[in-house]
Amino acid sequence: MLAGTFTSLKIFFLTLIFSLPLGLLVAKGRMSKNKLISTTVNIYIMIMRGTPLILQLIFVYFAPYYLFGASYDRFTAVIVGFVINYAAYFAEIYRGGIQSIEVGQYEASHVLGFSKVHTFTHIVFPQVLKRIIPALGNEVITLIKDTALAQTIGVAELFRVAQNAAARQFSTMPIFIAGIFYFVMNAIVSRSFDHIEKRLDYYH
Amino acid sequence: MEIIRVENLQKEFGELGVLKGISFSLHEGEVLSIIGPSGSGKSTLLRCLTQLEEIDGGSITVCDYPMVTTDENNTVHYSDPKTLQAIRLKLGLVFQSFNLFPHMSVLRDIVEPQTHVLKRTKAEATEVARKLLKKMGLSEKEDAYPCHLSGGQQQRVSIARALALNPTVLCFDEPTSALDPELTMEILKVIKELAHEKMTMIVVTHEMNFARDISDRVIFMDDGLIAEEGDPKELFTNPKNPRTKRFLTRYE
Repeated sequence: MLAGTFTSLKIFFLTLIFSLPLGLLVAKGRMSKNKLISTTVNIYIMIMRGTPLILQLIFVYFAPYYLFGASYDRFTAVIVGFVINYAAYFAEIYRGGIQSIEVGQYEASHVLGFSKVHTFTHIVFPQVLKRIIPALGNEVITLIKDTALAQTIGVAELFRVAQNAAARQFSTMPIFIAGIFYFVMNAIVSRSFDHIEKRLDYYH
Repeated sequence: MEIIRVENLQKEFGELGVLKGISFSLHEGEVLSIIGPSGSGKSTLLRCLTQLEEIDGGSITVCDYPMVTTDENNTVHYSDPKTLQAIRLKLGLVFQSFNLFPHMSVLRDIVEPQTHVLKRTKAEATEVARKLLKKMGLSEKEDAYPCHLSGGQQQRVSIARALALNPTVLCFDEPTSALDPELTMEILKVIKELAHEKMTMIVVTHEMNFARDISDRVIFMDDGLIAEEGDPKELFTNPKNPRTKRFLTRYE
């Protein structure tokens, strides 16, 4: 069960590492003045949020096989599936945060001679981060529980391992224990987010 | 020395003409007030000067740099980004709503534009910032965040922030409109001091007495045009244009 937990954690961290920055890029694309870019990105977000993650995982793993006859590593497929799904959700959170920043902040930066990049990295983004922390926390907690879906394409994460153990031992005990694992991981996640929120509480 | 020259400036928002051909100039050490009813284009004029709005016609020259010109086919040409940045730094702007950066302490808010834009060292920038904060009577507030300051204090910080970049002209866009009468006096005092120091300024304001007291020249705008322009004493006591007259009687 420890190996399963480790796999779940690996899915969790790899997804975050790739989807958090990718989400920002997607948000930028969604807000692009270029109609082609914003429409394309919008369709991508609609598909990601409009279909079940479980279906997306199956598609990501099997589509290359049927299209090109190429198959690839199951674990990689899981990461790809999770990253493109979560990036879409994160993108919408970023977008909400970015659009909530008053236009006066951009105007002051412009008049002071800040470049566009500096304005975003030093003026806008720190304020966005503070505003989206609660929404991000929600999504990250969901991600912990969603890692259980990796078993759909045969990756033995915590929940699959627990189910197998339950079948072997004719007992539901391992599944309850898995539940405790998820709960503990999420307790740590919520604590961390509470901590970040407090750290950013020096202004409002 | 002429610092700003504006010729036949035009600005439209969609179909709506906001500035319909404004021409004026500003000289070094001069304090120019712009008054007029809401919607007459005063703020838009300042926003065109500070490059927050793009103009639709006419020309603006700042310290002999052409910022924007219009050719005979009515095509507007802005200068290259480098010139525009140089001009941007010659004009400071103080907003009605302060627009401080809420996540930065007072000191950092004044230091950061200096280090990032003017490439001053941190020590240099901090010294400049402390000097200005002292001048604004805010020395004890350098570690405070905007949310802990009164509106008047926030506006004084924003004035210090603009001054830290050594602008040739400081523009004020209704700097007291978000403040109560007491805090308004606080800000007007600061602007008056700057006027005594011969700072070149353009002040868009609804404070008529103030405009009369500190200005070297007053422009009265109405419906996107300069309706009257002149010496403050003359314009306030003996307005020539009936529209000016009507506007000023409401303030007595």
